[in-house]
Amino acid sequence: MLKKPDTFLPTDDGTGETAVLALDGITKRFPGVIALSGVSLRLIPGKVTALIGENGAGKSTVVKILTGIYQPDGGAMLVDELPTVFPAPQVAAEHGVTAIHQETVLFDELSVAENIFLGHAPRGRFGLIDLKAMIARSRDILESIGAGIDPEQKLKDLGIAKKHLVAIARALSIDARVVIMDEPTAALSHKEIEELYELVESLKSQGKAILFISHKFDEIFRIADNYTVFRDGQMIGKGAMADVSEVDLVTMMVGRDVSQIFPQRASNPGETVLKVEGYAHPTEFEDISFTLRKGQILGFYGLVGAGRSEFMQALFGITRPSRGRIEIDGITAQITSPADAIENGIVYVPEDRGQQGAILDLPIFQNVTLPSLGRISGNGFLKLAQEFALAREYTERLDLRAASLDTHVGTLSGGNQQKVVIAKWLATRPKVIILDEPTKGVDIGSKAAVHEFMAELAAQGLAVIMVSSEIPEILGMSDRVIVMREGRIVTELAQGDMRPETLVRHAAGI
Amino acid sequence: MNTSSRTIPDRLRSPLEQRLKSWETLLLLVAIGIFVANSLASPYFLNAWNLSDATFNFTEKAMIAFAMALLIISGEIDLSVASIIALASTAMGAAVQMGVGTPGLVLIGLGVGLLCGAFNGVLVTRFGLPSIVVTIGTMSLFRGISYIVLGDQAFRGYPASFSWFGQGYVWWVISFEFVLFAIIAVIYAVLLHKTNFGRAVYAIGNNATGAMFSGIRVQRVKFTLFLLTGLMSGIAAICLTARLGSTRPSIATGWELEIVTMVVLGGVSILGGSGTIVGVVIAAFVMGLVTFGLGLLNVPGIVMSIVIGALLIGVIALPRLWSMWRAR
Repeated sequence: MLKKPDTFLPTDDGTGETAVLALDGITKRFPGVIALSGVSLRLIPGKVTALIGENGAGKSTVVKILTGIYQPDGGAMLVDELPTVFPAPQVAAEHGVTAIHQETVLFDELSVAENIFLGHAPRGRFGLIDLKAMIARSRDILESIGAGIDPEQKLKDLGIAKKHLVAIARALSIDARVVIMDEPTAALSHKEIEELYELVESLKSQGKAILFISHKFDEIFRIADNYTVFRDGQMIGKGAMADVSEVDLVTMMVGRDVSQIFPQRASNPGETVLKVEGYAHPTEFEDISFTLRKGQILGFYGLVGAGRSEFMQALFGITRPSRGRIEIDGITAQITSPADAIENGIVYVPEDRGQQGAILDLPIFQNVTLPSLGRISGNGFLKLAQEFALAREYTERLDLRAASLDTHVGTLSGGNQQKVVIAKWLATRPKVIILDEPTKGVDIGSKAAVHEFMAELAAQGLAVIMVSSEIPEILGMSDRVIVMREGRIVTELAQGDMRPETLVRHAAGI
Repeated sequence: MNTSSRTIPDRLRSPLEQRLKSWETLLLLVAIGIFVANSLASPYFLNAWNLSDATFNFTEKAMIAFAMALLIISGEIDLSVASIIALASTAMGAAVQMGVGTPGLVLIGLGVGLLCGAFNGVLVTRFGLPSIVVTIGTMSLFRGISYIVLGDQAFRGYPASFSWFGQGYVWWVISFEFVLFAIIAVIYAVLLHKTNFGRAVYAIGNNATGAMFSGIRVQRVKFTLFLLTGLMSGIAAICLTARLGSTRPSIATGWELEIVTMVVLGGVSILGGSGTIVGVVIAAFVMGLVTFGLGLLNVPGIVMSIVIGALLIGVIALPRLWSMWRAR
């Protein structure tokens, strides 16, 4: 740790509280995108600070900087008000910063104690692991968080919630001063959430500073003392929870101004092309019904985990619905595989580009032609000239930037990869295109290009479904919006009724 | 939106340039090197009939290796191939005892191969079991059946017309097996490199999820590949049985590893996604030449297996050194 009193930076925000860990004017850039621009954050011992923001606001980047995974490009990090750097995750841990993630990697075949102390087990003589000390200390930690778990049990014998407690115990085993909780309740039941609240209270009373990241307002109002709101990589507001209302937070989160410029388009819907009736899945979604017309852009808004992507993947034939039917151009369609969906004119641009959307190690032209090979080949034999012609036609329509069509997709930027995926689907001449978070991880320039192209497609009569968690995108692009929460459609809004506050309220169930 | 229409070039490097800088070119140089070394080391090497004999060291294995190459490119593997040979050969031997003629024997050989391939394919694609586990299981299963049927006995008495598949010559020193090997090589090269099916194999091997999301019927393609591997094992069983003239349950023991070695030596990534048939063809020659050259020098069998082992390790190390060299 650096100890230079002369570099003391005044970060006191007038509350008179000393931050154990603070960020001051932190900036983080990635190629083509500024993830954080001059953000500040203060974590006070014995206080819970809620970090609030939409997806893409920069919350996870902050967590990665606080835990030493990312290095900031500008600004200062202060531990006990002294400038410090965390060049590696181990350094963050040495300073007592620990994070509990939504999904922590644990090891089923190891005991609870081994899981808690993996990598930093107490050592005895000859440098061997001191098993007794490890079990005793595990028992202490587990007791301190009120978890009735035997440290000698194997992890695989525990349920999901207990495993989560082990993950928390693991985070606390490094003698933490700062505990970061990244959507800790996402996978928990109601009762388990109550237990987590008690745990947070007990950590508070032990004087630990807690950073609590959550989408759920009821949680934040229940346990947080302070808040900090991020939007588009900037800090928008901060203060005490007691001085703020839900409406204030929502306003800060979504902002009044839709800063990006979206293409002007006149909505001119044609006849109904897709009709979905009562689509249901045993665990992911229930009773989804809607219709979609040619030339329309239908937005799907909701929180992460609302079941939007799961429904779209069922529509595309990846998973099978337990109930429900669909009609395309008035004819009932049976879709049990993506190949069926493509034949019926439904295509899907997935959120996970690297795994699902593109095949990164194959060249651009092979990616683009993959679903169209049946049409452009001769009796199953490849026709290279036709392949290049088709790939060129659609990639140039999307203004793809690439050295050649033989370049591997994996070497392209996120935006250009997305263009390849969209080109691939347009080349199949679909009737309905589903775009799942189409501009996630895409730089600003390509974002505008994708939006413009979406508008152009709709103008040409294609029916577009756009799943997005970005409110400006939903507002800027959709003709209608369906809001989903916990696997169900909560409401459908026409363009005139779409307001950021309304969307967030419906999505969060406030 | 496309006010400034630009043309993206098809390729930056010509296919010829890519080919010259490929693994296959390096392997071809190795093959030539071994050929030269062999001809210097033994006066008996450069003899048409000796060289013709040498091809029997790899023709049967290579037939299976082509199908195996596709399977490995797709991200799967079949370790039961040698046991399929044993089972197919046993079935043909049993049929001979019942007086079945040559056409019937061929059909039985092909049929048993296809059935075994289908069995592997169903277990992997229907039940989602890992192919390495499934085929280690069927490796014991198929050969086990041969041992139950034969014990320490052997089937003999194959008709003379059947022997031609393993001992016949089409023209001068060119054996039937060698011709069959060449035809199969061309068929597989076309299948892998010139058809939609081959493209699907590459797509699946690089990213099976992405391939599925692109509308490829992944399980169907994989099932077909297991079927093809079984079929090729059946063909190899016909050739080998015809060449040996007898069936013992230990027939073709250990071939599965030699075949996988051949495929990997040919530049097929054991992790799937890349490789060519040309590479496997050259690798087949390399392995055949090494075995034959060492045989001519009267190198004992144990030393030969050391050399093959070293070759296998070299195969794993060389691509790394090769890509490190290319990266510079």
